[in-house]
Amino acid sequence: MERIPILKMGDFLLVTIQVDMHDRLAMTLQDDLTERISRTGAHGVLIDISSLEIVDSFIGRMLANIAGMARVLDAATVVVGMQPAVAITLVELGLELPGVRTALDVDKGMRVLRHALGRPTPQEADAGAEG
Amino acid sequence: MPALKDEMLPIRADSDIVLVRQAARSWSIDAGFSLVEQTKMVTAASELARNTLVYGGGGTVRLEALEENGRRGLRLTFEDRGPGIPDLELALRDGFSTGTGLGLGLSGSRRLVNEFSIESQRGEGTRVVIARWR
Ligand SMILES: Nc1ncnc2c1ncn2[C@@H]1O[C@H](COP(=O)(O)OP(=O)(O)O)[C@@H](O)[C@H]1O
Ligand SMILES: [Mg+2]
Repeated sequence: MERIPILKMGDFLLVTIQVDMHDRLAMTLQDDLTERISRTGAHGVLIDISSLEIVDSFIGRMLANIAGMARVLDAATVVVGMQPAVAITLVELGLELPGVRTALDVDKGMRVLRHALGRPTPQEADAGAEG
Repeated sequence: MPALKDEMLPIRADSDIVLVRQAARSWSIDAGFSLVEQTKMVTAASELARNTLVYGGGGTVRLEALEENGRRGLRLTFEDRGPGIPDLELALRDGFSTGTGLGLGLSGSRRLVNEFSIESQRGEGTRVVIARWR
């Protein structure tokens, strides 16, 4: 069966959605991610949607569900790379993505996750020490 | 108003929703829509195609390229012979769903287009027509 790959980096899980997912594939991703979080004890999930050309209410619900389930399993979730046209459309559609943290790109998303876990990057820790 | 071009696509499976999105994208590009306009039209098409499949038990979408007084547009007509919608006003409310959805498909897609109309007969089916203009 077709699946979206989930990569593990330290105790973060990374997902890059690169295809126009049909609904069943989105549900499979939601289940797979939940299972991987609980099996690996991951504390952060980063979902890169920069290739997604639309986010409709189904995908929006999937993202909110993933964030909700991750939270129950003690993991933070961040969604990165949403295209501006997608963001504009989401607002008009009325989708608010409650509980879903977002960041502009993967780098910023990693920083958001580290912060959420109380683990600033070495550079940030240095900057803090200087100031 | 006669359409410049039209095409009918079936909506019978998840994969057909993807095909409807792709068709709505390429017809939106042909109509000269900006990226944001394309994204709104494709998102509305995705919502309505899913409703046709999930609640209508499957059906069709008809795509029509329009031109009126030099303005180009795109009209999509979703049709099914499913159970119909007993209370349209309720169904068009933000957050109302008889399923497990967010209840934003009808109300949200209405906000994403310039023209929106819906007809539904209990036991006979539902037809939703949307259009966007450049
Ligand atoms: N084609 C259809 N046939 C029958 N009922 C429909 C159809 N489309 C929408 N509905 C009804 O309208 C409600 C609202 O639809 P929508 O706004 O798309 O929200 P959702 O899909 O999240 O339930 C649905 O829950 C369903 O009861
Ligand atoms: Mg819907």
